[in-house]
Amino acid sequence: MADEDVLVRVKKIVVDRLGVDEADVKLEASFKEDLDADSLDIVELVMELEDEFNLEISDEDAEKIQTVGDVVSYIENHKS
Amino acid sequence: MGLQNKVALVTGASRGIGHAIAIKLAKQGASIIVNYSGNKVRAEETASEIRSVGAEAFVWQCDISDESAVQEMIKQSIDHFGHLDIVVNNAGITRDGLLMRMKETDWDAVLNTNLKGVFLVTKAALRPMMRQKQGRIVNVASVVGILGNPGQANYVAAKAGVIGLTKATAREVASRGITVNAVAPGFIVTEMTDQLPEDVKSKMQSEIPLGKLGTPEDVAGVVLFLASDESKYMTGQTLSVDGGMAMQ
Repeated sequence: MADEDVLVRVKKIVVDRLGVDEADVKLEASFKEDLDADSLDIVELVMELEDEFNLEISDEDAEKIQTVGDVVSYIENHKS
Repeated sequence: MGLQNKVALVTGASRGIGHAIAIKLAKQGASIIVNYSGNKVRAEETASEIRSVGAEAFVWQCDISDESAVQEMIKQSIDHFGHLDIVVNNAGITRDGLLMRMKETDWDAVLNTNLKGVFLVTKAALRPMMRQKQGRIVNVASVVGILGNPGQANYVAAKAGVIGLTKATAREVASRGITVNAVAPGFIVTEMTDQLPEDVKSKMQSEIPLGKLGTPEDVAGVVLFLASDESKYMTGQTLSVDGGMAMQ
């Protein structure tokens, strides 16, 4: 079960950044397929997540991020 | 073309064209990060000149072909000034020689500084610029990157590469309010061009329609234009500042 707080904060950033409906930001939603994000959007998203959660996401890890759930589990596994 | 409250990083700012660019931007009110590689004394002199026109200067030594050093420079710059608005990728070196005699180390040295260095500085600077949703990147290419030049295969390849890199970067970040343009200086009086062989110099000079060599200030004026809001509807362009050598 995803951490509610992390999910809420991630959702807010995704909604702000991509201009999508909050209802569409589900754990299984793919940034590229479902949320219409291009690769530059994802780079920006990663930067904002780094700021919000005060962590550094390596380029290698960032490339693996495909869905909202990927982001949430990454943050849960790496937050200090 | 006021640059009040803007922060500009100028690589290779201790001497030549970079020095003139740093002073030109400072005179418009920009705070300047004076990057240099080897000449600390000259870099400090540039900083003193910047301060004497009432602008702020922050001197930072860094080999731009070293990614971690470049990232540290950008981090320190942001820590110092709080933001980064303009990057002028000016630093460059020459290792001239005929291609058939050119050492691999001379090829690598020039490509590493003149092309990879631009990539690394741009990559690091784009992070804060994307956050700010604005930025100006100005790359210093060269007329020889357009026309070619015997004895400078490495330099020509790097500078032609910079022109291509300028276009690719411009397309990638245009949607984020960041413009990326280049200047292509012609034959400019600097310590670097002083080193060219006499026959190359006289031949180049005879090919300048305006009939004389350019000055670092001639280049700096166009860089200022590309760094300012006056050029906000331009991106991916290379402006020749060469007395008419390469007309498009």
